[in-house]
Amino acid sequence: MSDQTAPEPKAEPFEPKVVAFCCTYCAYTAGDLAGSMRLEYAPNVRVVKILCSGKIDAVLLLRAFEDGADAVYVAGCNIGDCHFLEGNLRAIRTVAYTQHLLREIGLEPQRLEFFHIPASAGPLFAQRANEMTERARKLGPNPLRSRRTERAGGKLQRQPDPHPPLPEAKLGRLIRHEERMAESQTP
Amino acid sequence: MIVAERKPLEQIEGMIEGMQKILVAGCGTCVAVCMAGGEKEVEILAAQLRMRAKLKGIQRTVDEITVTRQCDREYLDQLAKYVGQYDAVVSTACGAGVQFLAERYDDKIVLPALNTLFIGVAEGPGQWSQRCMACEDCILDQTGGICPMTICAKNLLNGPCGGTNHGKCEVGDDRDCAWTLIYRKLEKLGRLDYMRKIQPPKDYSVMTKPGRYSHEAYEEAEKKEDKE
Repeated sequence: MSDQTAPEPKAEPFEPKVVAFCCTYCAYTAGDLAGSMRLEYAPNVRVVKILCSGKIDAVLLLRAFEDGADAVYVAGCNIGDCHFLEGNLRAIRTVAYTQHLLREIGLEPQRLEFFHIPASAGPLFAQRANEMTERARKLGPNPLRSRRTERAGGKLQRQPDPHPPLPEAKLGRLIRHEERMAESQTP
Repeated sequence: MIVAERKPLEQIEGMIEGMQKILVAGCGTCVAVCMAGGEKEVEILAAQLRMRAKLKGIQRTVDEITVTRQCDREYLDQLAKYVGQYDAVVSTACGAGVQFLAERYDDKIVLPALNTLFIGVAEGPGQWSQRCMACEDCILDQTGGICPMTICAKNLLNGPCGGTNHGKCEVGDDRDCAWTLIYRKLEKLGRLDYMRKIQPPKDYSVMTKPGRYSHEAYEEAEKKEDKE
């Protein structure tokens, strides 16, 4: 894809891409509330709904950065409020570990954060979204994103399959990075 | 289970310096359970290596594969189709797996990504402790299921020594005295008379390296075949 790199116009200001992994029960509901309250927040935030913040995984977070996200945050319930009792505690641990992995690579760990956003806190959702976008703006573009317009990996499914296939065991199967990227780029 | 930890990224990065095509090969058994070299850890390491290369502006391809076990030839054969395409294979198996992989593909550079620690158990999430040192002559029947060879700093078979300090070892307060544990356990089992038994000196000659073992059933069969 590097052959398509065209010199970008300098006048265009840097607009960060921020990925927010939000838990269904608290943060995503707070996002809904922020919408109902007609609150305005940074349009740079792409919300990914996950069942519980405990679902988040170092692999997913690293992939978001590898695919060019400028900042990523995981938003879950307050301590003690998790629908699954301890999912948010696990997420805090995963985020801290992934920050260590980012430090090892040489990427700023501040690009990744965990937030508690209770379901009733619409304004807080908007505040956190602005805060993270502002932070990404200060840190500058993610050096892993080769072009400003580069599409992030991952398929956007308008109509998700109601019966998705069960994950298969991948033992003994070669996973080529190139092929996986190509697969995720096809619409 | 064999417990291992991943080497620092710096060190792995140093091993693959100047190489363009890397295959990260994981092992789906012990090191997958201790979160050091299974499928997920392979994905993390491969992603880290790719991102590191991109940040430094180096051309590098990193692909991933995880096999069920790297200590069995059958599973290593699954890599045969692919290893030729890579400059080096970074194995996230224990020391045994890395060696067996290097032996199976002896014209390939095989690099270790883990430090192998010990044979141990999972104490809790993310915590492991050593429980066996493979001394080849198990005496757990005499000691209430607690291994003095592993837990005692002096490997004492007839303990405790004078250094026992309210259940802790003189070597450090963070270590339990194996023989206090054994005494308490035998007391609970009503077998304190075992404490009076004198264990003969340990035969360390059986511990000579490298260990070899063949199952009797196979030995018998081989002998029969030889006769015929």
